[in-house]
Amino acid sequence: MSQELITVYVEGTPVSVSPHDSAAAAALKAGLAHTRLSPVSGEPRAPYCMMGVCFECLMVIDGVPSRQACMVRVHAGMRIERQNEAKVWA
Amino acid sequence: MSSACDFLVIGAGPAGMAAAATAAKLGVSTLVVDEQPAPGGQIYRGVEQRDANKPGVSHDDWARCAALAQEFRASGARYQPNTQVWQLEKNRKVYVSDGAKASCITAKRVLIATGAMERPLPFPGWTLPGVMTVGAAQILYKTSGWVPHAGAWIAGSGPLLWLYAAQALEAGGKFEGILDTTPKANYVHALRHGINALRAKEYLDRGMALQQSVRKSGVRIIDDVNAIEAKGDGALNRVHVHTGRHWQDMPATRLLVHQGIVPNTHTTRSLNAAHRWDKAQHAFAPVADAWGNLDAEGYAVAGDGAGIAGAEAAAVQGRLAGLEAARALGVIDAAQRDQQAMPLQAELKQHLAIRPFLDQVFAPRAGLLTPHDDVLVCRCECITAKQIREAAMLAGMGPNQVKAFTRCGMGPCQGRMCGMAATEIIAHARGVSATDIGVFNVRPPLKPLSLAELAALQAP
Repeated sequence: MSQELITVYVEGTPVSVSPHDSAAAAALKAGLAHTRLSPVSGEPRAPYCMMGVCFECLMVIDGVPSRQACMVRVHAGMRIERQNEAKVWA
Repeated sequence: MSSACDFLVIGAGPAGMAAAATAAKLGVSTLVVDEQPAPGGQIYRGVEQRDANKPGVSHDDWARCAALAQEFRASGARYQPNTQVWQLEKNRKVYVSDGAKASCITAKRVLIATGAMERPLPFPGWTLPGVMTVGAAQILYKTSGWVPHAGAWIAGSGPLLWLYAAQALEAGGKFEGILDTTPKANYVHALRHGINALRAKEYLDRGMALQQSVRKSGVRIIDDVNAIEAKGDGALNRVHVHTGRHWQDMPATRLLVHQGIVPNTHTTRSLNAAHRWDKAQHAFAPVADAWGNLDAEGYAVAGDGAGIAGAEAAAVQGRLAGLEAARALGVIDAAQRDQQAMPLQAELKQHLAIRPFLDQVFAPRAGLLTPHDDVLVCRCECITAKQIREAAMLAGMGPNQVKAFTRCGMGPCQGRMCGMAATEIIAHARGVSATDIGVFNVRPPLKPLSLAELAALQAP
């Protein structure tokens, strides 16, 4: 596994992650308990399956909403934010 | 944008890699599309990036998967990672997107090798942050080296549970305990498959070794758990465990759940190919012949997406599907195919010998299949088991009417998480079998895509 770390910004806070990490893994490493609010009930949700099936990890990545954070690999400077608004679709 | 190939393989797990390598080496123009950034699928995830000497990696049969990935890379098959399939048409036009632009691939043969997913079994509190699947934790371990250190419980049943527990412990992870929901009676029922299972003794040996290594580590194991509930306000902080006649309450910050794996049929169902209810595996699987051919012309399936048989069997099935593709495309004749297939078929039979035993031992606990009324079944649209039951009893609705009536299965996951449970709940409520009830229809796009991506289809 590559030891060179890169910096991404999770909710604005810089976090060092491996370039192999997914955005969802970066959120977990940053200690984010929840990654979105359910647009239906407003309850907090977090990544569940990590393989693109459950869609619980929908986040705003580099300003683009509703991305499956578990399916997106990090890049240096990536901005990873919670998706808190109801029904935001790209 | 559009392109063409003779043989299109969807998925770069063991089945997809083996199929593509087999066909490409015979001279078939082969293209593999896969949603991941690197080959391996879920089971061999990160195979090219991982260090074989890291703790826990040995349990993943690393040498075998690395060899397969190398063979695939050297085979001459074209490989398009980070590519999502969002629509398949009967005439083998397959629509994909790289996340920025959609395009269309026209193929003469298509192999669907989209593998398995964990059986989604709704239980109280499963939507709380802090709860995720064992498979999810294993992906985090494989790709990011992440293992839990405090407050973590594992709950459920199945070979993957023990594999993950063993490797995470070896990698320095810590668990408060393992809540094993495997019914004791399953082991007794499985004995009748014992003699057959001995023909695949290496599987038994591996499974026993994993369980022993976990038990020897001293981690607390609670057997024959009837039910679990995740509790907390906004995030998990306790696990309720029901054993025998009483409930126990345990502090928890992370709960990793697993109830076996099932074929991921989303893609095959979107083709309206025939599916059957596999009673032993308690799941739907596509109807396919010995070569994996579906009842949709030019389409075939291989690997766990055709029925759970494990990674090694998946690779063999992939090779058989690769030979069949070469035959169908006129590169080899049927006699050549049959001759090359013979040793593979013998090998496949060997791998399959263990399945009736494993299916029986790890059959899901009946009481967990039909959640109580207040349990959220559809995570996306927040639909409870009660809402599904009530709709099902109105004029004997099936899954698709229940979906239209309640919105169950209409969220972004498109019923991937709630579909099986909805079928189970409706079948149980109406006193009929899952076969009679069927499952949600699948409609494109298989994954949401933006209008900008879609518009790129018209670009030259």
